[in-house]
Amino acid sequence: MSTTLTPILTKFWDDPQSWTLETYRANDGYKALEKALAMEPAALVEMTKDSGLRGRGGAGFPTGMKWGFLPKPDGGPRYLVVNADESEPGTCKDIPLMMAAPQFLIEGVAITSYAIGCNHAFIYLRGEVVHVYRRLLRAVEEAYAAGLLGKNILGTGFDLDVTVHAGAGAYICGEETALLDSLEGRRGQPRLKPPFPAVAGLYARPTVVNNVESIASVPPILLHGADWFSDMGTEKSQGFGIFSLSGHVKNPGQYEAPLGITLRELLDMAGGMRDPQKKLKFWTPGGSSTPLFTDAHLDVPLDFESVGAAGSMLGTRALQIFDETTCVVRAVDRWTEFYKHESCGKCTPCREGTWWLAQITNRLEHGQGSEEDVEKLLDICDNILGRSFCALGDGATSPITSSIQYFREEYIAHLTGGGCPFDRDASSLFAKDNVPA
Amino acid sequence: MATHSVEGHFGHQTASGHLTVPPESKEPYAADVLAQLHADAEQVVARYPQKRSALLPLLHLVQSVDGYITGRGIDFCAEVLDLTRAEVSGVATFYTQYKRHPNGEYTVGVCTNTLCAIMGGDQIWESVSEHLGIGHDETTPDGKITLERVECNAACDYAPVVMANWEFFDNQTPESTRQLVDDLREGKPVAPTRGPSRVCSFKEVSRVLAGFHDGLADEGVGAGPASLQGLNVARQHNWTAPAGAEQVSGEHRAEATSGAMAAGRHTSQDTPANQPDELPGGKDGKDTEGEQK
Repeated sequence: MSTTLTPILTKFWDDPQSWTLETYRANDGYKALEKALAMEPAALVEMTKDSGLRGRGGAGFPTGMKWGFLPKPDGGPRYLVVNADESEPGTCKDIPLMMAAPQFLIEGVAITSYAIGCNHAFIYLRGEVVHVYRRLLRAVEEAYAAGLLGKNILGTGFDLDVTVHAGAGAYICGEETALLDSLEGRRGQPRLKPPFPAVAGLYARPTVVNNVESIASVPPILLHGADWFSDMGTEKSQGFGIFSLSGHVKNPGQYEAPLGITLRELLDMAGGMRDPQKKLKFWTPGGSSTPLFTDAHLDVPLDFESVGAAGSMLGTRALQIFDETTCVVRAVDRWTEFYKHESCGKCTPCREGTWWLAQITNRLEHGQGSEEDVEKLLDICDNILGRSFCALGDGATSPITSSIQYFREEYIAHLTGGGCPFDRDASSLFAKDNVPA
Repeated sequence: MATHSVEGHFGHQTASGHLTVPPESKEPYAADVLAQLHADAEQVVARYPQKRSALLPLLHLVQSVDGYITGRGIDFCAEVLDLTRAEVSGVATFYTQYKRHPNGEYTVGVCTNTLCAIMGGDQIWESVSEHLGIGHDETTPDGKITLERVECNAACDYAPVVMANWEFFDNQTPESTRQLVDDLREGKPVAPTRGPSRVCSFKEVSRVLAGFHDGLADEGVGAGPASLQGLNVARQHNWTAPAGAEQVSGEHRAEATSGAMAAGRHTSQDTPANQPDELPGGKDGKDTEGEQK
């Protein structure tokens, strides 16, 4: 019953010129767009609904349904905005996808825009990846030159402009309404919902915001059929996705597989732990905002339902793997510092709460504070979770509450031992060289 | 290098924390510089249906000329976009890539978010910081290197990661990063692991981020080794995606079997999904749930 990998979006990443239009065309590129432009837009929305594709940016909301939420055309503009602000700690799938095969995204943008009646689409890329920005600019340029973007695409009368926009360093801009504010030239702070972007998004017009991988998955779905996609994965989590393994694993990297694969299977494909003598201690199923798992969760199918039932979230399939050399308090302290730094300051629970959380995790990591601090952490988390303006605050509580759930004694050991009991160097990459093969 | 002309202008703060910015921050631009800025800004504004959307790229553009967000740069953006200077400053101070005092020729960012930190990013940071004698957001006296602790840069499978002017340096060690900053300071050409054949200057890169091509997109690899791990494993085992309804010609596809497809299936646990708004989760956690009319 072992699951196998399904290279689709990653299929030709090893081509020496994988990012060019020529390579993409040699791999069925833009056949789906031709097919799409001969269809009714409504049929494309239906096809996407039928495929079961769910958002690949973390939340897993059905993509086709999101498209279907747009109100009837009123003659005014409608927008597609691609969320390429990949910044969730541990998440590293969209950046290599756009570096290696940006045309997947561009074709997906063209098809989606046609499906939702959009004539100007935006790709909001985080600003800290300049070579990926170059690749996207080049991909758009090549597509224009080939008549795949611009006026009267492939002679069908459909017009589409694509603007690739670079952000400037702010995790919060991955939240879709903060992203829209940022794209409008403002501070990236989330908006009150409703109205949802489908009704009043970019420039207060109907807008679809989708993740890079979601949009890039559209051309293969159209080319091979909704059933082809929904036959992969599980009953409610259909299709494939890129799983990103990082940390204490022999061969970290990108593994494209059907949803529902387990970490045990993925670890096996990735050569196991970097040192078989050192046990898996904890891992994140979908980035730092998803509650930690331990070695007890190796066989949890990595689909939305199963991961949720086991107490976490599938998120972005960012599997950060830590072996027993790792201090969980140190790991959580650093994530907490991150949320404090990235809190946009709009709402009090998150702005103040993440600040206090970081104070406390930091003193605990250094063996200061008291046992009551552990309870205080949980109390503050309780006051942030569900009470923040957006999911950033919620995410900040995940590593803390889950680590206390599984490793409370390790927090206490920092206090009784007068500091962190772990050897920092043992968990580094450089220590890998000393590991017996 | 004529480093004396810039020495002393990098990141100086008084004891109370007030920034000391060089006098040219508020000096008007030379006529030719201003004319070029206006010509560029016109192109940037033309990309958007509403001109305020041009603010982020225009701030990158200001950095491509001044090396940081100057007072005159803020004035320029405000004038072009019909905003107040306060509105522009409010945006400029929100984003970490906009520098509030003169930046070095190279920003070297060591990822010290959890995964990289644990894989050795902390040791790299300490080693390089000590080597250069500067801390976070500080610049070497020669104006070459601004050192930063950066957050997750989406390359965790290459941890520990260092960014130089936002190009990837993968699988770094304290030694390799010290070598990197030494080479940059000496003006030796330095190539990122995944990126163009050389690291461009901070100002050059800022111009790219404003949306102006530098023609280097075709340089460098498509994917690094970690990005290809899964693909290589699949090739070794002859694993492919299932064939679609519409068979498409292609060598790999010919091998497609129903095996991979069937193997992908799992029995659903048939438990309630964690809905976007319910549980702590990814940043998209509060999605369009509840939007259905």
